[in-house]
Amino acid sequence: MMPPEEHPLDPWRDEPPPAVPAPRPPVQDPRLLDENAGPMVRPYVMTSGRIEPTRGRFDLITLVMAEGPEPEGAIGLGPEHLSIIRLCQSVLSVAEITGRLDLPVATVRVLLGDLFDKGFVSMQEPEPEADMHDIRLYKAVIDGLRAL
Amino acid sequence: MDSGRSRREVRARRLPTAVKIVVAGGFGVGKTTMVGTVSETQPLRTEELLTDESVGVDDMAGVERKKTTTVAMDFGRITMRDDYVLYLFGTPGQERFWFMWDEVALGALGAVVLADTRRLSDCFPSVDYFERRSTPFVVAVNCFEGARSYELEEIQLALNLGPKVPVMLCDARELGSCKQVLIDLVLHAMKSRGVTETPQSV
Repeated sequence: MMPPEEHPLDPWRDEPPPAVPAPRPPVQDPRLLDENAGPMVRPYVMTSGRIEPTRGRFDLITLVMAEGPEPEGAIGLGPEHLSIIRLCQSVLSVAEITGRLDLPVATVRVLLGDLFDKGFVSMQEPEPEADMHDIRLYKAVIDGLRAL
Repeated sequence: MDSGRSRREVRARRLPTAVKIVVAGGFGVGKTTMVGTVSETQPLRTEELLTDESVGVDDMAGVERKKTTTVAMDFGRITMRDDYVLYLFGTPGQERFWFMWDEVALGALGAVVLADTRRLSDCFPSVDYFERRSTPFVVAVNCFEGARSYELEEIQLALNLGPKVPVMLCDARELGSCKQVLIDLVLHAMKSRGVTETPQSV
């Protein structure tokens, strides 16, 4: 156990020192993924160890829709990629995909980045806070709430 | 097979834009209940996996917390006409997950701070948070059975709120009540962002 002494460089005080960017592991050939690893696959295995999507920010409410039906025998797509394409036959948010697949948000983001990169899904980012001056947005939301 | 819908047709369809409203407040104040009451589908739960990688600190001496934790957030969906989808997010109740709030609050239309008069101080952190972020918010007092009723002015005073922050009573289990809270919030958000009926000339 650590002695309870005051550390002169207490990392929890004031602003933390600049974060060291995590080293990006080399992108492996996704075909090398072991597909028969069973249900106990760790989230980072599904992303080949990657922690950030190759493209896109993928906010929790970014809307995603598949560009077509689930492809057959697509090279480079894992079972989780295919599950996302199946789910996104109708418009879903990143948060909903996460909830339905029971996967961590970070994992879903990486998988969505792959799918977006390969043209399997299209997406719509939400309006940034600074652009919330459109009366139509407020009217639509109020009308929608009244109609509940 | 529904492949009669051609690829091009799908692409031509414009995706709607999502907006979100945050429901915050202390533990057990009724956030999940409110999200569930207005949501058109069964509320879902998203989980964020936390590892030491999320901590932006390189000197980890003495703080070896290499544990993996999950944070859960409940959320629901309301589909609107005119190409908008509204999402309601209940914030994670535990205070140690503050950093998750930033992700949830970013780009939010506004926030509902739920309060319980028996434990009013539980909503102080939420009020502080949205005040600091300048996110438009309203305070909705969830009327629990057995709780003493207070005048709204008393609550406004107790929370040290400015006169511009709307305070209202609600019942998180009642659709009509939740609807009214959300409509009042959207009207308040419009007002505080200076959005008016007449479009600004560009």
